[in-house]
Amino acid sequence: MMQLPDARGRFGAFGGRYVPETLIPALDELAREYEKARRDPKFKAEMDSYLRQYVGRPTPLYYAERLTKKLGGARIYLKREDLCHTGAHKINNTIGQALLTCRMGKKRVIAETGAGQHGVAVATVAALFGLRCEVYMGTEDMERQALNVFRMRLLGTTVTAVHAGSRTLKDAISEAMRDWTTNVRTTHYILGSVLGAHPYPMMIRDFQSVIGRETRKQILQAEGRLPDYLVACVGGGSNSIGMFTAFLKDKKVKMVGVEAGGLGIESGKHAARFATGSVGVLHGTMTYLLQDDDGQIQLTHSVSAGLDYAAVGPEHAFYKERERISYTYATDEEAMAAFDLLCRTEGLMPALEPSHAVAHVMKLAPKLKRSQVIVINLSGRGDKDVHQVARIKGVSL
Amino acid sequence: MSRIQSTFQRLAERREKALIAYVMAGDPTLEDTEDYVLQLAQAGADVIELGVPFSDPIADGPVIQQAAERALRSGTTLKKILATVRSLRAKTQIPLVLMAYYNSIFRYGEAAFCRDAVSAGVDGLIVPDMPPEEAGTIHPLAEAAGLDVIFLLAPTSTAKRETAVARLSRGFIYYVSLTGITGAKLTDKADVEKKVREIRGYAKTPVAVGFGIATPDDARAVARIADGVIVGSALVKLIAEGGHAAVTDRLSSFTRSLKASMLSA
Repeated sequence: MMQLPDARGRFGAFGGRYVPETLIPALDELAREYEKARRDPKFKAEMDSYLRQYVGRPTPLYYAERLTKKLGGARIYLKREDLCHTGAHKINNTIGQALLTCRMGKKRVIAETGAGQHGVAVATVAALFGLRCEVYMGTEDMERQALNVFRMRLLGTTVTAVHAGSRTLKDAISEAMRDWTTNVRTTHYILGSVLGAHPYPMMIRDFQSVIGRETRKQILQAEGRLPDYLVACVGGGSNSIGMFTAFLKDKKVKMVGVEAGGLGIESGKHAARFATGSVGVLHGTMTYLLQDDDGQIQLTHSVSAGLDYAAVGPEHAFYKERERISYTYATDEEAMAAFDLLCRTEGLMPALEPSHAVAHVMKLAPKLKRSQVIVINLSGRGDKDVHQVARIKGVSL
Repeated sequence: MSRIQSTFQRLAERREKALIAYVMAGDPTLEDTEDYVLQLAQAGADVIELGVPFSDPIADGPVIQQAAERALRSGTTLKKILATVRSLRAKTQIPLVLMAYYNSIFRYGEAAFCRDAVSAGVDGLIVPDMPPEEAGTIHPLAEAAGLDVIFLLAPTSTAKRETAVARLSRGFIYYVSLTGITGAKLTDKADVEKKVREIRGYAKTPVAVGFGIATPDDARAVARIADGVIVGSALVKLIAEGGHAAVTDRLSSFTRSLKASMLSA
């Protein structure tokens, strides 16, 4: 199951390590430390203990009966990652990387954030493990996610505004990489998704794969069989790969990754890398990108900051070409409709990212039989998006 | 022997060190760049590095990032840069090295790039986000085309990596003087000296030092240690001040002072 990537960090043609020489020894150190940790029962025990006692795992697999009835087709389950401490799956990864930071004897962590969910998850573990923490965030995103900026600061983190380029996630990652290049001897970079140079895509997938392992056990218990479909949103792609990995060998389980369709593909304002993108290299990895003919990275748009990025994780690119996972997109409007539907039928307020997954299921479920089963990864809760949703609905708070 | 190799050899015979001057191609326009390059050559630069603008330059500090943004705003593309090189080649024989992020080359097509670059008159290529591990496809293509691929080493590089890069790098080896990005401040010259001596032990290829060299004094100090001195952000800053004629004068006198200072090393 876990044989990918190869020793060079390749998932087929994708992945690799396209970073400055200065960082290569740090990536080597990280890969070595991670290999050691992964074989160390003490690390596993520590990780399990934090996930259980601190994050609140296992998260429930909830049968959404009213949503199922409303859509009138397949039975729909929600994997409740929204119930994780800090409100999203992001903390599964940050706990793992914070433990590694301590093992490497580093005292400072840095991170990028778009929506602020990863930033909050990093600020949280930095407080928990007594690490100095600096989070880079584009000024555009700081405005959109002012609440999360304040949350990080309350947790003792320095939030540094990034004014360069498009002032969003892409530029925050570049700035974090520059900081890491400068302070590499004392600092660990806690990347938030299955992106970047090897070993990040592999390591973060492994930390998130707890989602799928739990889901598999839980659905077998609830239904006595595996699901027909798994559906998850794909920004960088950590929540989706985290859920899908445990099912990759189950040929009958179909998997759908849902990207941000923004204002529609024709508008050019979206983040649907698989719909119109091409292969290239960004932030250390070879994968599908939104770029122009000259290889300049294009600006993306999504109502959800967490999906608003020009590249997708290299392992997704691999499974896309293998046709093991299929990819589609949902527009801002469809995601908003799904957000409303889940609020009103289930009393669950999803983050705008997994609202994209719910939006796809609104189309998929009615076409399936009552005997079929869909699992959605509800990767985060919507509290952080309340201001954004109010703005879209034209409500001033 | 390539233009880069013969330049280093000629300088070595005279016991001189190479001044390698970096400007961003297309900042603010490619016409300006063409003039600036000729001016730099005339004022004493021995090798010219032309930056290829990229939207997400992770190895660069704000000075070069902003230069890239200006270049992209004026419609600069890799294809147009090669046309500028072709035009420059009719006027100067100074070695020209492109510094491009990997995606620019990948998108152009590695084989097509090597062919077109050499035919335009490019001598060397530096790709700051392409460590030797990722150079497997471009390296044989470049060798066959006669394009020198210049690899980088850093203060964090292990002895094993120094050996590998020393063996692979053509033209010169680019030693990054500090852990950081372009335009940062160079503080630990003793450490640079130690590392350069170490790298020299592995290869006959000349070693040039870049990052953080901003003044004639810096240039002199590094010229004592290495075979080449790379100056980038300091020149790009002069270009950013604007005014074509004024920039030409500033570039010229700054380059002269760098070279003079290096000669006194």
